[in-house]
Amino acid sequence: MKQTAGDLPARPADTGFFGRLADDEKVLGRLMLAPAITYIVALIGFPLLLALFYSVSNVTVGTHGWPSFVGLANFRHAIGNPTFPRALWNTLVFALVSQFFVMILATILAISLQREFRGKWVVRLMILLPWVAPISLGSIGWLWMFDSVYSVINWTGRALGIFGKDTWPIWLGQPTLAMGSVITVHVWRLLPLATVILLGGLSGIPKDIHDAAQMDGAGVLRHHFQITVPLVRPIALVALLFGTVYAFTDMIVIYVLTRGGPYETTQVLSTLAFFTGIDGGDLGGGAAIALFLFPVLAACAVLILRFARQAEVT
Amino acid sequence: MPGERRGAITSPLSRGVNFGVIAAFVAFTAFPFFWMVITTFKHTLDLMNPANNPFLFNQLPTLAHLRMLFQETAYAKWLWNTAWVGGIVVIITLLLAVPAGYSLARLSGTSGEQLGIGIFLTYLVPPTILFIPLSRVVTFLGLTDSLWSLVVVYPSFTIPFCSWLLMGFFKVIPPDIEEAAMIDGLSRFGAFLRVVLPISVAGILTTVIFTFTLVTQEFVYALTFISSSAKFTVSVGVPTFLVRGDVYFWGSMMAACFIASFPIAILYNLFVDRFIAGFTGGAVK
Repeated sequence: MKQTAGDLPARPADTGFFGRLADDEKVLGRLMLAPAITYIVALIGFPLLLALFYSVSNVTVGTHGWPSFVGLANFRHAIGNPTFPRALWNTLVFALVSQFFVMILATILAISLQREFRGKWVVRLMILLPWVAPISLGSIGWLWMFDSVYSVINWTGRALGIFGKDTWPIWLGQPTLAMGSVITVHVWRLLPLATVILLGGLSGIPKDIHDAAQMDGAGVLRHHFQITVPLVRPIALVALLFGTVYAFTDMIVIYVLTRGGPYETTQVLSTLAFFTGIDGGDLGGGAAIALFLFPVLAACAVLILRFARQAEVT
Repeated sequence: MPGERRGAITSPLSRGVNFGVIAAFVAFTAFPFFWMVITTFKHTLDLMNPANNPFLFNQLPTLAHLRMLFQETAYAKWLWNTAWVGGIVVIITLLLAVPAGYSLARLSGTSGEQLGIGIFLTYLVPPTILFIPLSRVVTFLGLTDSLWSLVVVYPSFTIPFCSWLLMGFFKVIPPDIEEAAMIDGLSRFGAFLRVVLPISVAGILTTVIFTFTLVTQEFVYALTFISSSAKFTVSVGVPTFLVRGDVYFWGSMMAACFIASFPIAILYNLFVDRFIAGFTGGAVK
């Protein structure tokens, strides 16, 4: 594969404008980076500013021209809405609980998957499925499994005698169960990513380190907590931060499964922003609600930056 | 092999436990897809009888749901729309992210690292914050209810991520290769085009697969910008249009979900090691 430079035709000393350009590392570096940065500024930076602006304006779907400035009215309105504190609380519960289970389960799974065995390829495919499949479609699969009458989970529960003959859980219709259900689906969806990231971290530890620990007589537990965990921590942090952002901002699972119901018990900020801003046409109100997610994102960004700097020092 | 280094987990008992743990996880992750396949081939009457054992075919398997899906719904069109948007977004992403990734890895000096992280962070700005302003941008551009709105907006999340991935891939190429090429008379840019790109095919292919997966998964923007059924992508069309009133066409829906999920999962699986290497390689050296 390795191409030796000798195969290439020699280039006459190029002194033209483009020739010099193609050799000037600084200018070339900027030119190659500029299109990507322009795109990002235009379609992330600018809309982000627009979101800030909308949150203090009375813009609606029907507004033509410039909307007018309304100060913090949208935020006051958002906080005054009884659904809002509920959604804020639900967002925290949804994100933290699902992330907690994702990290624990992913650690167990990644450790189990370290061993080589036949058919690992298929096993990995099965484990990756929830992450790779479009989550809206995966959620529909769960919608069917959680069906109030034809749920396969309930049928199995009845057959095993766990649920009574005539009483069974309505997974998406009872408040606590509904939250449990959407969290389960979210864990299901994020587990593969966290697992493969952790697995990458585990297999990246040089074998010498393990051998040395074993020679020095470190027991299994000590080996795990004093050698493996500290070495995997940076990568585990990547998985955790990523999962946290996903968990705080995702609306697909809840949109497909419960639409925030029953009685707003699974309404989170992202779904509330969608229903207010797009379905309700109140763009300013929706933008204000969505912006409450911003502190979380900023915190994650700061953590990633700090972590990146640490990685550079060591 | 990493798993064999510790004596403790090679005993038959621990091997059994290990196997049990993996089997339980596979059951959890794969069951919904298994269930999609079973449901696809069952008669509606069989599905809608709570007394029937759902694990058995109480009536002979049927192709009726598949027939309905492809003949009476726009499903084939949605698949095509998704592939079409995915194809164009892949091209845009490669054109912008490949040079950007290389520049970050080689040409931007010490600021490259920070810039790379900065670009990566923009990937974390979620659609949930951006869909409202972007819906106005799309209206302003006159792209409401057009697949072009997705073509324009999707690179905003594929470019940051893929630049980061590609930066990771380019970093591990030994600089000697380009230096040798430059000594032999290629310009810096020429060395990138004619020496670095050909040996980065695997990394670029990973980026292609990854971009395509991101496009098929996207939901929020498509739900916001598109309103007519013929223009939906798979991820939005199925949950939106296969439910008529209160009637869920479970057989067809499950078929639709499985068909759209499985092929791309196999492709992804082929590249996942490279994906993780690039993903974490940029962050941890």
